Amino acid sequence: MTNDPLLTVADLHAWYGESKALHGMNFTVRPGELVTLIGRNGAGKSTTLRSIMGIVKKRKGSIRFDGQETINRRTYQIARRGIAYCPEERAIFASLTVAENLTLPPVLKPGGISDDDLLRQFPNLQQRLRSGGAKLSGGEQQMLAIARILRTGARFLLLDEPSEGLAPVVVREIGEKILQLKEQGFTILLVEQNLQFARRVADRHVVVENGVVVDTLDAAEVEANLGRVKNYLGV
Amino acid sequence: MFDHITIQLLMGQLLIGLINGSFYAMLALGLAIIFGLMHVVNFAHGALYMLGAFVALILLNSFGVPYWGALMIAPIVVGAFGIVMERLILKPIQELDHLYSLLATFAAVLIIEGLMRLQFGASGLPYRSPLPGGVNLGFMFLPWYRAWVLVFSLIVCVAVWYLIEKTKLGAYLRAANERSEIVESFGINVPLMKSLTYGLGVALAALGGVLAAPIYQVSPSMGSNLMIVIFAVVVIGGMGSIIGAILTGYLIGIVEGLTKVFYPEGSHLAIFVIMILALILRPQGLFSAAEKSR
Repeated sequence: MTNDPLLTVADLHAWYGESKALHGMNFTVRPGELVTLIGRNGAGKSTTLRSIMGIVKKRKGSIRFDGQETINRRTYQIARRGIAYCPEERAIFASLTVAENLTLPPVLKPGGISDDDLLRQFPNLQQRLRSGGAKLSGGEQQMLAIARILRTGARFLLLDEPSEGLAPVVVREIGEKILQLKEQGFTILLVEQNLQFARRVADRHVVVENGVVVDTLDAAEVEANLGRVKNYLGV
Repeated sequence: MFDHITIQLLMGQLLIGLINGSFYAMLALGLAIIFGLMHVVNFAHGALYMLGAFVALILLNSFGVPYWGALMIAPIVVGAFGIVMERLILKPIQELDHLYSLLATFAAVLIIEGLMRLQFGASGLPYRSPLPGGVNLGFMFLPWYRAWVLVFSLIVCVAVWYLIEKTKLGAYLRAANERSEIVESFGINVPLMKSLTYGLGVALAALGGVLAAPIYQVSPSMGSNLMIVIFAVVVIGGMGSIIGAILTGYLIGIVEGLTKVFYPEGSHLAIFVIMILALILRPQGLFSAAEKSR
């Protein structure tokens, strides 16, 4: 793990129409790190991911990825630089089969996981390849949503609340997958409200409140200051 | 009451209905593709169909390009015009309410039709059939050209359906139809895809125009007259539904043809009665749910 950040977000402001959602976000993610954005509902965590990905169009500030500014780039151009995004609602395409969903993202860079390896890593999908995307369970949809972005060759993953709405046993399984991805060298920025899940997987936690970063804690600091962190999350 | 109805009359109208349905299906298909990806109600579709017919006429009269050449060239020319139109008119307003794109395409209709009227006049111009003669089917005389239109448009519809439902490119289109920003986050150039899709939809309209030129008079208003039926087809089939546009196009053509047998004055009315019933009983369209639940 080098000390030069892979992603540097500096004074990031973002708007939905006239409504301002981010008020100057500042944080970094180093290569190989797994960083979570934690905070209450509506704090601006998902908006931060959507802004990094260029999906939120109205934004100001600086987002440097791998040494290059991306704030004025379009979403597809950002993706081609090596960032992959898995949205909160999973966005499995109902009009496509599981196989079509899985192979929809093109290979953009060398180093992506092959389709065979994806099916080995996510064996549940193997039996459901011909099913419609909407027919999968929530856990299977989440696995599919993560699996399909791994084939692009992106080494930096933005994962938005992968544990949301899932049974504890499935959350545990998703957690294991995410840790496996970290072991494989992926850098991950994870939005999470489930503190237990976040504590299990992350190296560092960035606390977001009202569209700004109010605290940054590493894994050990979180364990030592659990009360403070729970207070941030309102749990 | 229906003493005048013979099997010959019935079969004849059925065939005419299928031929008209070919035009409906092809035009509705283009509209559905455009609406599905861009959520643009392309009011200019009829005008672009008319442009296809005029390009064929100009190619023949000014450059000596026969019908078969025009069948390839006109859709490319009008499709390219459509891409320019999308970039200049629709792209700048894509973030605004859909009403703006509807009004913008309506304005395009008025401009295109006005310019064509200025140049060619309001009355229809003839285009010689490339396939003269026909065959006596026993119950009707079928001109070769109409048989060609029926077969060719069916091939085009099946080919476009295959492209969208069975290929990788089609998977991108269907996915972008649901969530274009997610497809773009996979690194796919969705803005370019939208321009090309608009071009494809427009090219289909122009192809319909070239096919129509030898059957109908080529006139600036030939598209406007058809558009109201095409919109009904798209609504009945399900906005953005590919298979819905194709099947409903042929279905409406047949209904219109058969109504002419029993109650000629009500043939147009029948289409809109079906549309109202569809809107009341199945507002999402006859085929949209079937596609989504695959």
